[in-house]
Amino acid sequence: MAAWSRRSRLDPMLALLARRVIGFVLTLLAAAAVVFVVMEVLPGDPAAVMLGVQATPETLAALRAEFGLDRPAPVRFATWIIDLLRGDLGISYTYRVPVAGLIAERLAITVPLALLSIALSTAIALPLGILAAARQDRPADAGIMVFSQIGVAVPNFWFALLLVLLFSVTLGWLPSGGFPGWQSGIGAALAALALPAISLALPQAAILARVTRSAVLDALGEDYVRTARAKGLTRAATLRRHVLRNALIPVVTIMGLQFSFLLAGAIIIENVFYLPGLGRLVFQAIAQRDLIVVRDVVLLLAAMVIFINFVVDVLYALIDPRLRDWRT
Amino acid sequence: MSRLARAVLLTLLVIWPFAAQAQKDSVTIGQTLEPPTLDPTTGAAQAIREVTYLNIYEGLLRIDRDGKLQPLLAESWTVSPDNLTYTFHLRRGVKFHDGSDLDAGDVKFTFERAMAPDSTNAQKWIFAPIARIETPDRYTVAITLKEPTGNFLYGLAWGDAVIFAPETVADNRTKPIGTGPYRFERWVRGDRVELVRNDAYWAQIPAISRATFRFISDPQAQVAAIRSGDVDALSNLAAQEAADQLKGDANLKVVVGNTEGETILAINNAKPPFNDVRVRRALAHAIDRKAVIEGAVSGYGTPIGTHFSPNHPAYVDLIGTYPYDPARARKLLAEAGHPNGFSTTLRLPPPPYARRSGEIIAAQLAQVGIKVSIEPIEFAQWLEQVFRNKNYDLTIIAHTEPLDIGIYARDDYYFQYRNPAFKTLMEKIGTTVDEAERNRLYGEAQRMLTADSVNVFLFQLPKIGVWNVNLTGMWENWPLPANPIAELSWKR
Repeated sequence: MAAWSRRSRLDPMLALLARRVIGFVLTLLAAAAVVFVVMEVLPGDPAAVMLGVQATPETLAALRAEFGLDRPAPVRFATWIIDLLRGDLGISYTYRVPVAGLIAERLAITVPLALLSIALSTAIALPLGILAAARQDRPADAGIMVFSQIGVAVPNFWFALLLVLLFSVTLGWLPSGGFPGWQSGIGAALAALALPAISLALPQAAILARVTRSAVLDALGEDYVRTARAKGLTRAATLRRHVLRNALIPVVTIMGLQFSFLLAGAIIIENVFYLPGLGRLVFQAIAQRDLIVVRDVVLLLAAMVIFINFVVDVLYALIDPRLRDWRT
Repeated sequence: MSRLARAVLLTLLVIWPFAAQAQKDSVTIGQTLEPPTLDPTTGAAQAIREVTYLNIYEGLLRIDRDGKLQPLLAESWTVSPDNLTYTFHLRRGVKFHDGSDLDAGDVKFTFERAMAPDSTNAQKWIFAPIARIETPDRYTVAITLKEPTGNFLYGLAWGDAVIFAPETVADNRTKPIGTGPYRFERWVRGDRVELVRNDAYWAQIPAISRATFRFISDPQAQVAAIRSGDVDALSNLAAQEAADQLKGDANLKVVVGNTEGETILAINNAKPPFNDVRVRRALAHAIDRKAVIEGAVSGYGTPIGTHFSPNHPAYVDLIGTYPYDPARARKLLAEAGHPNGFSTTLRLPPPPYARRSGEIIAAQLAQVGIKVSIEPIEFAQWLEQVFRNKNYDLTIIAHTEPLDIGIYARDDYYFQYRNPAFKTLMEKIGTTVDEAERNRLYGEAQRMLTADSVNVFLFQLPKIGVWNVNLTGMWENWPLPANPIAELSWKR
């Protein structure tokens, strides 16, 4: 009996996993082909960008040969994919260093910044959202909703400028931007990430608080809540034991989207704080036609987004046991 | 407030002021773009020179802040009577940062590497006249040219002709080794490059012990960085209008200088109707430079009337040739057979000066009946479509290379200006070694370009430097892009 039930639970899980992996590989291949073609079609010669207007045609040809751009496009595509499979991400045209190292340096800023922001926005949004729902239509709720409305409306870069004006220019407590590197000590690095993390977190917290509030309100209207209250559970205990867990599904969905956004979409904040993050790397690489960096980073971002979606699905299953079998 | 939060806040308050008050013999300079590598022979990016030239690397000669040639690694030189052989006597006792000695072999190696067919030196013209290089002894380099070349010494002073050691040249992209007063220490990519004083430097040991270049592209972030003291100087503001915000700050000095960048409305001279000089002159009369400078660079640019830097002794003021006169422009257009004007396109690369000038110029041209449609494009697209394929009517760009009037003698250049008389003149200038005569010829060349109204010459791109009032020695103008740290000091 026990063995039979384990088999029946394992097989769908394995099938799910296999389907996931195949989907992952196919999506990445499609992304690779699309980004390669787009960068091919886009006018602009990486060698010309590097060498400027004084360069002779021979110099341009020499640099194109050094980049391997004198080979036909299909050969370059195949070489790129084969090198990727061997774990070689290539050499950046602009920086002339291995792309893997470049990306690693940027991830060392972007990932901690994204984690910091999401932690901060969750820490702010969940209590506020739950509080607003629990005190629906009372002053606390109204206050929280007004602030979250402002948070949604204010652009994060403008908010970032205000933070810089206060904490860097006027008070001089925190650096106005830049990143000294983790080797300068964790304190200096965190100080550099503090204002960017706050600027990113607050607008996201505003959205998340609203989502939390409405999710909690939805759950509060369910039959099982009435039942729980009817069997004598207090309001607080009902909220804790029955409502929250059920309200978490939409909240986790939004958090997954927000985290994906933070990995690549923080570019405006990276500009305001001149932080060398992944978003700025890919932005500069596109402008300079550093094709190899663009392709690698886009692929990496695609992989990360797929991975985050997968994590979100796993979280669904953890939160709601009904989804475990149903999802398969 | 929790005890932890209070402790953190207290620590921050205690530590911060100390960090700021440490005895100042270091300097932090903010600049807009990050160098892609630290090897000037890998590309044309000006940012490479802004960090490395005269700091890490040195050439046989250098340019000083007034644009004059000065001896550097070459103590002296002689030129043969036929102006073909230059004999350089190297300074003795010069060491590279790795401890090895500079000798004639390094010079020969560096120049031959730059001349090689697979060289990616962006300024190969500097080395093109060289026929052969000999090293009669350890400290003498004799360079023989194919023909007399007026600008040969000038080219050797550029950041593209600095001297490397053969043993370390391959690593210069990320671990540059030169003979300069500062050694490379570290590069936090995307954020900063740090240099430390070279205590074994061959000349006077400079005052500043440590220099950091920080890369801040956003104009508002630049303003915040200098006002908060995160940087001591901004060598050239990313957006000119930011200068007004900073002028009121008593701790800062705003210095408006010039670069070698001629900003022009470039015209496709081969494409009708622009192949008619009357149309090109009409464009020149239709544009009010003053309004363009006011709107595009907040009034900080010096107007020009030809393709030449006002900083140069050979500059001729030709601004009055085509005064702003819409009525005359319309008359010229009518004479050229366009009484009702015509439609054309203006392709604009990303720099703010180009995009803003473009808006204003389009409005001014509309006044004389020329309907301009604006097409904003990326720089890489500009290089391919406008510069290489010459697929454009009008565009706006600053030509930042010093003394680049010779581009008008190139048949394949994107202006498509073909004037045999101008070519002959440039060839004559190329082989004229006497400076006064060369300057006279440069004057003639400038007049020719203006008479043909090849392009509409707008303004010299400004260099707006901002630095702490106590910092002295920053270059006010950029005869070449450079921030020599050895010339800086803090007022006591």
